[in-house]
Amino acid sequence: MIKLFKYLRPFGFQVALIVVLIFLQTMADLSLPTLMSDIVDKGIAMGNTAVIWKTGIYMLIVAFIAITFNISAGYLSARTAIGFGMNIRKKIFSKVTAYSLDEIDKFGTASLITRTTNDVTQVQTTVFMITRMMLMAPIMAIGGIIMAVTKEPKLSWILILVLPLMTMFIVFLTVKGFPLFGIVQKKLDRINLVLRENLTGIRVIRAFDKILYEQKRFDNSNMELTDATLKVNRLVALLFPFVMLVMSLTPVLIVWVSGPLLENGSIQFGSLMAFIQYSTQIMFSVIMITMMFIMIPRAQASAVRINEILESDTSIKNSVKTQFPDKPAGFIEFRNVTFSYHGAEQPALNDISFTAGPGKVTAVIGGTGSGKSTLVNLIPRFYDTAEGEILVDGINIKFMEQEKLRSLIGLVPQQSRLFTGSISDNVKFGNDSADDAEIRHAAETAQAYGFIMEKKNKFYDIIEQGGLNISGGQKQRIAIARAVVRKPLIYIFDDSFSALDFKTDAQLRRELRKETENSTVIIVAQRINTVMDADNIIVLDEGRIIGSGTHSQLISACSVYREIVESQMTLEETV
Amino acid sequence: MSNERTNINQKQGHGPGIGPGYRAMMMPGEKPKNFKRSMSRLLRYIAPFKTALVFTFVISALSTLFSVVGPKILGSAITILSTGIMNKLHKLPDSGIDYSAIGKILLFLSVLFILSSVLQYAAAYIMAGVSQKTVYKLRKDINEKLSRLPLKYLDSKAHGEILSRVTYDVDTIASTLQQSLLQIISSVITLVGSIAMMLTISWQLTAIAVMTLPFYLAVTLFIAKKSQQFYRSQSRFTGELNSHVEEMYSGHKIVKAFGREKYSESKFDEINLKLYRAGWKAQFLSGIIMPVMNFISNLGYVFVCVFGGMLVTKRMLTLGDIQAFIQYSRQFTHPIIQTANIANILQSTVACAERVFEILDEEEEQPDSGKFSVPSQVRGAVKFKDVTFGYSDDKILMNRFNIDVNAGETVAIVGPTGAGKTTLVNLLMRFYEIECGEITIDGLKINDFPRGNLRSMFGMVLQDTWLFNGSIRDNIAYGREGASEDEIIEAAKAAHADHFIRTLPEGYDTMLNEEASNISQGQRQLLTIARAFLSNPPVLILDEATSSVDTRTELIIRKAIEKLMINRTSFVIAHRLSTIRDAHMILVMNEGSIIEKGNHRELLEQKGFYAELYRSQFSGSAEEINNHYI
Repeated sequence: MIKLFKYLRPFGFQVALIVVLIFLQTMADLSLPTLMSDIVDKGIAMGNTAVIWKTGIYMLIVAFIAITFNISAGYLSARTAIGFGMNIRKKIFSKVTAYSLDEIDKFGTASLITRTTNDVTQVQTTVFMITRMMLMAPIMAIGGIIMAVTKEPKLSWILILVLPLMTMFIVFLTVKGFPLFGIVQKKLDRINLVLRENLTGIRVIRAFDKILYEQKRFDNSNMELTDATLKVNRLVALLFPFVMLVMSLTPVLIVWVSGPLLENGSIQFGSLMAFIQYSTQIMFSVIMITMMFIMIPRAQASAVRINEILESDTSIKNSVKTQFPDKPAGFIEFRNVTFSYHGAEQPALNDISFTAGPGKVTAVIGGTGSGKSTLVNLIPRFYDTAEGEILVDGINIKFMEQEKLRSLIGLVPQQSRLFTGSISDNVKFGNDSADDAEIRHAAETAQAYGFIMEKKNKFYDIIEQGGLNISGGQKQRIAIARAVVRKPLIYIFDDSFSALDFKTDAQLRRELRKETENSTVIIVAQRINTVMDADNIIVLDEGRIIGSGTHSQLISACSVYREIVESQMTLEETV
Repeated sequence: MSNERTNINQKQGHGPGIGPGYRAMMMPGEKPKNFKRSMSRLLRYIAPFKTALVFTFVISALSTLFSVVGPKILGSAITILSTGIMNKLHKLPDSGIDYSAIGKILLFLSVLFILSSVLQYAAAYIMAGVSQKTVYKLRKDINEKLSRLPLKYLDSKAHGEILSRVTYDVDTIASTLQQSLLQIISSVITLVGSIAMMLTISWQLTAIAVMTLPFYLAVTLFIAKKSQQFYRSQSRFTGELNSHVEEMYSGHKIVKAFGREKYSESKFDEINLKLYRAGWKAQFLSGIIMPVMNFISNLGYVFVCVFGGMLVTKRMLTLGDIQAFIQYSRQFTHPIIQTANIANILQSTVACAERVFEILDEEEEQPDSGKFSVPSQVRGAVKFKDVTFGYSDDKILMNRFNIDVNAGETVAIVGPTGAGKTTLVNLLMRFYEIECGEITIDGLKINDFPRGNLRSMFGMVLQDTWLFNGSIRDNIAYGREGASEDEIIEAAKAAHADHFIRTLPEGYDTMLNEEASNISQGQRQLLTIARAFLSNPPVLILDEATSSVDTRTELIIRKAIEKLMINRTSFVIAHRLSTIRDAHMILVMNEGSIIEKGNHRELLEQKGFYAELYRSQFSGSAEEINNHYI
């Protein structure tokens, strides 16, 4: 949490001003009971109406000053805390945007989303609380104690008795309660798990006639959750009655003790009443301070998660001196490339060497986990190689500016992810400056034109988040159009035809041939008939190249290739 | 994901903030569709605890009452003190403080306060029990209801949504029952009690205090209205920001591949700025409500001091009275705000309850007719007679469909991935009801069996293997209750799973984690095959697909499946040519409906869809392969 405070620096002046304003406001608030005691002691006791009026007007002015300070401080706090949140969010977002896939894998997308959104909100709320209330509580407590003690030193031992008692009790409850809250959370997760399993496995449960068994399982979790919650609720319920009791008994004690003191004239009535009010204010502040110690650890967890992002830099950076081919052609060469994922025991790719040139189709095939996708992910430098090098037009891609390298490449990923926006927007994602004719042409090549025209708003039909409103095959074709519109020198198709029926698949590849005549094409595929016609087929197994050549060469020379062909004798995926 | 997000947004309304109560009031609450009906239904849920509730209400009322009269009694003690001292000041005879009277009063007061707190705790204690028992029952009811709902309903609902009803909605109900009900009572009594006490002290001062009320209301309403507007835009921009972040993070690779980082960042900045603008205003406004209230309360306080002081000088009021009055005037406004909050909380609670009741009101599966129980010897002859079925009326998948499968035969289902296999499972196991026609097993209609009995005749080995959080032994034994250790190991051996299980650190006791990700996909499939061996069903539904499985394991799975199919009627989602060729019957499915049926030779002669499919896929590569082998 403290580490994050450095992002408050731009707000330094505001924060200082807030402290001053809150201090002044607290002082004003604290002077009210004293003024009231003046009304009692100097006005009422003496029967002096003029003093009562005058002091009353004073009090009004003081109250007014207090509220003005308070609102100003509130204004500054809101702008500071929310501005602080905005800045941190921005920092995180640009940090994550710069991350390589390596860091994304390390943190996980879901976790990154939570860190950017909920965690920041949590921290932001806490900063607001701190600037708004928690700064005030200690000032109020200390100021109140000073006022109370100077006003009536003879009564102040009561505070010394009461305040630790209350603090101790709250701390006791917190210490007792916190682990219980943890248990409740665990039981809640458990019941969620059971229910989720019940829902996803509903067919199996019913098929095996296990409804009663599952109900018992759920009931156990339900019971445990109920018991745990009950325990914690009954414990926490102690807090309020106890605090109330202390707060109402304190004035009783004060009145009892002050009798003899009043009688011998060592204290006065007004100050007795003021003392009672101070003690209430102090107790409120102490409760607030205790709450602060409960709130901050909660935000602490969020702050730690945020710091993890802000402190880890992307491993893939542009080198200081960058190179770029004068006339890029799209010639790719892998030289003894070895690559391991973060924390993996074995390399995902091992000693890979091959070349792929313009006008040629290079296909990569292999079982799941053989490293196909990994291989193509290295070309746009989503990951850095551990050993060996990848050259594009003779230049090591580590010495190229990442953006320029990627501008040569049209990638169609395995999961065709589209973004919220119109179909046209999505195609243009590949090339912002594409005009309507180019977009149309790309759509035609990708065999997407037909279904787009059937949509109500044609190219302006909106794709919802996650592309839920269009089918997998349509998504894939738009993703292909997105790459085509870029007119890249290097095409990478990472298993991009899997959702297409065989007619569309064939037609698409025919059209693509025309488009990619002068480009380097790399196709990752599982289907034999997608790779059959390639100029060069690379067979991967457990991260190594175990064969390369044309289809007919491999059929006779490479046993794994033959096995793949054999196992692929399936009808299922052809339609 | 999207569902979880709405949850988070909802939760923010109850989250920590500046005086959670005030914040809740600022948030535009969620409104139930039919408050009255849902409310009374919710009340029926707590009706069994009527006696406890009435008792709690009484003691809670007493507790509040005791604390309300407190200041007045304390005031009287102060008055005695002051009279004593005034008298002494004026040197009256017998003057001095009447300590025994004060002592009695203070003692009485202490007892009252202690009693009040004890009662308050007792009420909270009982309420905790009532609310937890109520939501326990609710959760139980929902879960049992879910087990009676047809799959038609469950398939159409996002799991996240149902989960959020069982956890989030039910939780909201629990905390409302726990807190808000008692708060209503104490708020009302505090408000009425305080005003009553104030009136007993001085009607003039009460008039002054009551005069501040309209200011409270005006200011609260004004600020609340203003800030609601900003809260609304704040939550809209939060939503926008969240979905942009979600989209960009999960599409990170694409953003990078197409060099759109700057575009993505500038869009983020734009939304972030909008969020900031709405956010700080919302926070600012909701943050000043409390101070403004305090200010008005201070105004009232000053006037009470001034006028009260004058009344005291005119001897129309005692010093103790004014002390008591100040306390009352400070506390009597609080319940008003609280009541407004509770109204809001109550409303969103009833909305939550409504969502829960929606599930409880869904139409259930037809009850079992239970005409027959399963005959001891099921041979497994399956017959579809004039079966018509579709998931919706406008899309009929089967129209007067007939097949006749003898016991022990194999039926291959061929075609693109999609609804085909699920439909078959759905109908055979009676997860869905057919519209007309009948399905029989050994000549007996499946609708005449109790569902559980019917389903035990089938074994499923599907790709989406379902294993649960538990030991491997428990997962295999799921196939048959009360199976012995030997039988389990026997089944695992038959499924070729015994070997890999024994290589695991804890063998059969190895716990599978949540996604069963501590064993491989192929191993998971072997476990379900073992499960099928153990339950020994006459009819099998199998999926041959072995994607994400390495070649070695695939071979083992194939061997295990072949063994399992011996002497059983099998419906196979076929992927391998040999299976298809050897099947007694092939069902060709496209877009979920059965378009051709017959054996391999018949279908080729038909020159239809299957023939084309076969040619397009196998004519090239298959022949080439065959040439190599032959």
